Amino acid sequence: MIQLKNIQRYFQVGDQTVRALDNITLTIENGEYISVMGPSGSGKSTLLNIIALLDHPTSGQYLLNNQDVTQLDDDALARVRRDNIGFVFQFFHLIPRLSAAENIEMPMILAGINRQERRQRVKKAVAAVGLSDRADHRPDQLSGGECQRVAIARATIMRPGILLADEPTGNLDSHSGIEIIELLERLNQGGVTLIIITHDQSLGDRANRQIRIIDGKIAT
Amino acid sequence: MRASDTLSQAFGAIRSQPLRATLIILAMSIGIASVTLLTALGESARNYILYEFQSLGTHLIIVLPGRTETTGGQPPLFGETPRDLTLSDANALLQSRNIAAIAPINIGSAPVSARGLERETNILGSTSALRRVRHLTMAEGRFLPEMESDKALPVCVLGQTIKKEIFTGQKALGQWLRINDRRFRVIGVLASEGQSIGVGFDEIVIVPVASAQTLFNTESLFRILIEAKSKPAMYKAVTDINKIIKARHEGEQDITIITQDSIVSSFDEILTALTLTITSIAGISLAVAGVLVMNVMLVSVAQRTSEIGLLNALGASKAQLISLFLAEAAMLCLAGAILGLLLGQASVMVLQALYPSFSISIPPWALLAALVVSLTTGLLFGVLPARKAAKLDPVEALSKR
Ligand SMILES: Nc1ncnc2c1ncn2[C@@H]1O[C@H](COP(=O)(O)OP(=O)(O)OP(=O)(O)O)[C@@H](O)[C@H]1O
Ligand SMILES: [Mg+2]
Repeated sequence: MIQLKNIQRYFQVGDQTVRALDNITLTIENGEYISVMGPSGSGKSTLLNIIALLDHPTSGQYLLNNQDVTQLDDDALARVRRDNIGFVFQFFHLIPRLSAAENIEMPMILAGINRQERRQRVKKAVAAVGLSDRADHRPDQLSGGECQRVAIARATIMRPGILLADEPTGNLDSHSGIEIIELLERLNQGGVTLIIITHDQSLGDRANRQIRIIDGKIAT
Repeated sequence: MRASDTLSQAFGAIRSQPLRATLIILAMSIGIASVTLLTALGESARNYILYEFQSLGTHLIIVLPGRTETTGGQPPLFGETPRDLTLSDANALLQSRNIAAIAPINIGSAPVSARGLERETNILGSTSALRRVRHLTMAEGRFLPEMESDKALPVCVLGQTIKKEIFTGQKALGQWLRINDRRFRVIGVLASEGQSIGVGFDEIVIVPVASAQTLFNTESLFRILIEAKSKPAMYKAVTDINKIIKARHEGEQDITIITQDSIVSSFDEILTALTLTITSIAGISLAVAGVLVMNVMLVSVAQRTSEIGLLNALGASKAQLISLFLAEAAMLCLAGAILGLLLGQASVMVLQALYPSFSISIPPWALLAALVVSLTTGLLFGVLPARKAAKLDPVEALSKR
């Protein structure tokens, strides 16, 4: 469960203060499917980064599964992130020199899981995203949709409870975009909390709950 | 994260940037090669010189007239000689039970001739004991006979070069050799010494010490070479020599005693310092390599910003990021060190082939030191880029693509 209480995130740009997030209070139950929409620059990515523990709020409280994570140091955050949160990016962020399988394997390497288990889990994950025959290809040998599927497999390989996606279809044509969304929705049906940022109203409408953000505030 | 995974990830990153890897490895290997090569040269020169000194003779003690404060330094070249060392001084030293042999030495230069061929050369006056003290070997004939040292027998022993130049390939043994205007019968020829430090015995004529004294019309000795009975006896012998000479010189201690030990150890010190100096000069190239490693790693961190942000997002701790980059720097430097050692070894082999009489080898400690030094350089200069990578803000790092 994600609980945000009066979260503010300010950026100091010169002598100007940008209120990227302005007093956000939000509760997300386990297994929810949420879309986040809003105009460009409204603070959607900032919100997701804070939920992902990649960014620290300027003020406010964040409880993740009833643990106050605003107090944790960087390494503890890294561990919580590794075990609880999967992140899918608009630009995939695959490591170019590694094959699809090796990219998917990376979170498990960081977690210190042994080689055998890693291989088994990668094999399953590759199959789950329908890339069994492309596991040894490097990102530049894969299409955008395939890259995003690799990224999703990587984001879910540690079996996190929360899956965050920042415009996962932003760089894809509508056909592979739908495929990706369907893949994410399947994961959500498996019990994963899913939060997707999108600019596409039709995709946003598929979620059980829509959150609109305007000027750093939630507008319902 | 497992150590083996850290290494294989780092290796993967190195392999993906072959140009960068080549550059670092090359710089590091040149540094290591020059350090090992210069160390090898210094060490070998030291060993060579020490060996030469040790071959002068074992338990050797040299007594010089005149007093100097230094031990094992240069004998006094100038300055007054208070009292001459004489043949009877030398003979008196035989009282000491710690002395095995005494060779008084008298030296001067004179023209030598036979059958119309003449040249100027060094004439060395001594006794039969010289052969033992200086470990001389004979090519033909025999050395000076054992006899009273004050008997001026007209016999001489030749060095190889003198024999060649004066007797030009003909039989020298039993022939007469004219020194100044006296005649000496050749009774022996020394074996060639090869290259040796000290007196070149190839270009010398040895005569009995009393004969030399009459030749040069002097009572005083150039020096006295003494062989102690054993190594521990050497220090007792030195005390004995001091006592005996003091008694004979009216209580004046006007001699300088040089032990072979002190010569060897002071040369050892000088040569070790020399080796260290040239090695540390070569070490500068290692420092340059280190700076290059740092720069290339910094560029690499900058290029891989988004990858670092991603690893962060995937749950990498700061320590993991640091160890990934340090492992990269360490592996590159280690590869450079190994290549450098091979290069150094190859140059040593080339030098050895060019100068076969001078034995060069890389001392084992230098091999170990090269590895340790390169690794430390790599880690030291790798820390800054690695820390920079770990400090990156993940959000910012990810926004770069
Ligand atoms: N590091 C930063 N420094 C300064 N201002 C920032 C920084 N990051 C974000 N902002 C500002 O915060 C506001 C919210 O940014 P955010 O990226 O969350 O918007 P967004 O809703 O994701 O926009 P988009 O739909 O274009 O991705 C913007 O005005 C942005 O300029
Ligand atoms: Mg955004």
